[in-house]
Amino acid sequence: MDGVIIDVKEMTKKFGNFVANDCLNFRVYEGEIFGFLGANGAGKTTAIRMLCGLSKPTSGEMTVAGYDVYRDTEKIKRSIGYMSQKFSLYEDLTVFENIRLYGGIYHLTKQEIRERARALLKRLGLEHARNHLIASLPLGWKQKLAFSIAILHKPRLVFLDEPTGGVDPVTRRQFWEMIYEAPKQGITVFVTTHYMEEAEYCDRVSIMSEGKIEALDTPANLKKKYNAKDMNEVFIRIARNN
Amino acid sequence: MSLIVDHISKSYGRIQSLAEVSFTVDDNLIFGLIGPDGAGKTTLYRIIATLLLPDEGVVRLHDHDVVREFRKIRKMVGYMPGRFSLYQDLTVEENLAFYARVFGTTIQENYYLISDIYSHIEPFRKRRAGNLSGGMKQKLALSCALIHKPSLLILDEPTTGVDAVSRKEFWDMLGKLKEYGITILVSTAYMDEAERCDRIALIQEGRILSVNHPEAIIQEYERELCSIHSDDLYRLVIDLRAYPMTNAAFLFGQHVHFNQKDGRLNIPELEKYIQSRQHTNVSIVKIKPGIEDCFVELEAYDKRK
Repeated sequence: MDGVIIDVKEMTKKFGNFVANDCLNFRVYEGEIFGFLGANGAGKTTAIRMLCGLSKPTSGEMTVAGYDVYRDTEKIKRSIGYMSQKFSLYEDLTVFENIRLYGGIYHLTKQEIRERARALLKRLGLEHARNHLIASLPLGWKQKLAFSIAILHKPRLVFLDEPTGGVDPVTRRQFWEMIYEAPKQGITVFVTTHYMEEAEYCDRVSIMSEGKIEALDTPANLKKKYNAKDMNEVFIRIARNN
Repeated sequence: MSLIVDHISKSYGRIQSLAEVSFTVDDNLIFGLIGPDGAGKTTLYRIIATLLLPDEGVVRLHDHDVVREFRKIRKMVGYMPGRFSLYQDLTVEENLAFYARVFGTTIQENYYLISDIYSHIEPFRKRRAGNLSGGMKQKLALSCALIHKPSLLILDEPTTGVDAVSRKEFWDMLGKLKEYGITILVSTAYMDEAERCDRIALIQEGRILSVNHPEAIIQEYERELCSIHSDDLYRLVIDLRAYPMTNAAFLFGQHVHFNQKDGRLNIPELEKYIQSRQHTNVSIVKIKPGIEDCFVELEAYDKRK
């Protein structure tokens, strides 16, 4: 495997007496699709916020894209893309206005924004919707567009936090085919999901429970280890044991 | 017959959200409404819950009209919207007490209905609803929708964003509610949940395509289907789509599900083609379709039209 893009050593985050992340250790390698799984409240969002430079760890050593999570948060933010099911695009801006806004935030030039917007809309077959409000688009389109915009600035790493929540089976598959393309463009994917069949699409997955990482391996090895027919069974076993 | 939806249509400006939707729901069952985003599910729920007027058509619940007798209907319906819509700045307990009082009842009177769910969040009863985790918000919203003992419970994608273990517990609990005489109308994007419904309606672009038992919908699937595995799944999908005989090839966990244009499978030919694309560790197994295959097939069919 190539270089390390996320390196986490003994990452801990406490809120008062509550330990949200308890001494996490893991690495994500360049070009991977890394699944970050866990039950609701297991501490996934807390970990992602720290890795994105949005919150400071209580202790531990971490680098993201080679930058220190304590000191270089601005450099980290420029090297990553982020998208979630809950928040992705501004509903009351048009498709192009959203692209321009994100492009501007990431310091792309006007010309880069115009060119990348054109290419992006063409790839998605959304040229006709350039000046439509986001609010008027179906959820499936919004999600695909949000993902494309999250990688508009060609980041080395993209965080996808439940990108397919509530999305129907057909659209979900189309979305995953886009995710599969990302490593070919040199983008590592860090993704959370509650759909266990999507866990099968990842190169490696980690499973968190109550603030700790309980398992980390390829889906095939995890199924072997837990003697399970699919990732759903693996997940239920790990989450139930706690 | 508990719920009768009769030729309901609803448009927003030029966009038709529901087009002459008709179906009936018997007492005491879990009725699933399955369809893609934008199919019209939420619009339909809002009409049944008296929050939106239909342009045309009639909905009757236990022989009461949802438009003319909306006050009666509101006592009979519990509605849990897809988006969390309780009072964020009231505590857990205050929200529940508020909903009980609005419906002229008390928490104690129907506590038996919610005790299984509410016991999980009771330790946090002094916490503001806005500060709860996603899973706890969902349990509180369900408790509030049930506290007046509705005869019809409407759940709009209640398990979106909920982990696999909690989803299973949630559905076990729906089974119990059914035993208390509550009819449940529910939508979901998880097809394993669709299989747990007593009946399901497939809805697309404001039209009902099919209403039946999940097994009967599976039996309507006419093509032979197989499940294919190789070491490079994504390349396998792309290669299969380029195969001239292919009707559909889509990712399905660690496999690709595949069927042919003529409906029959020619596995030796297929195997030859896959080998010619240099795939390793190839296995092809003929399988029975599940609900998810039916859904993908219907949607793919609709997009070709």
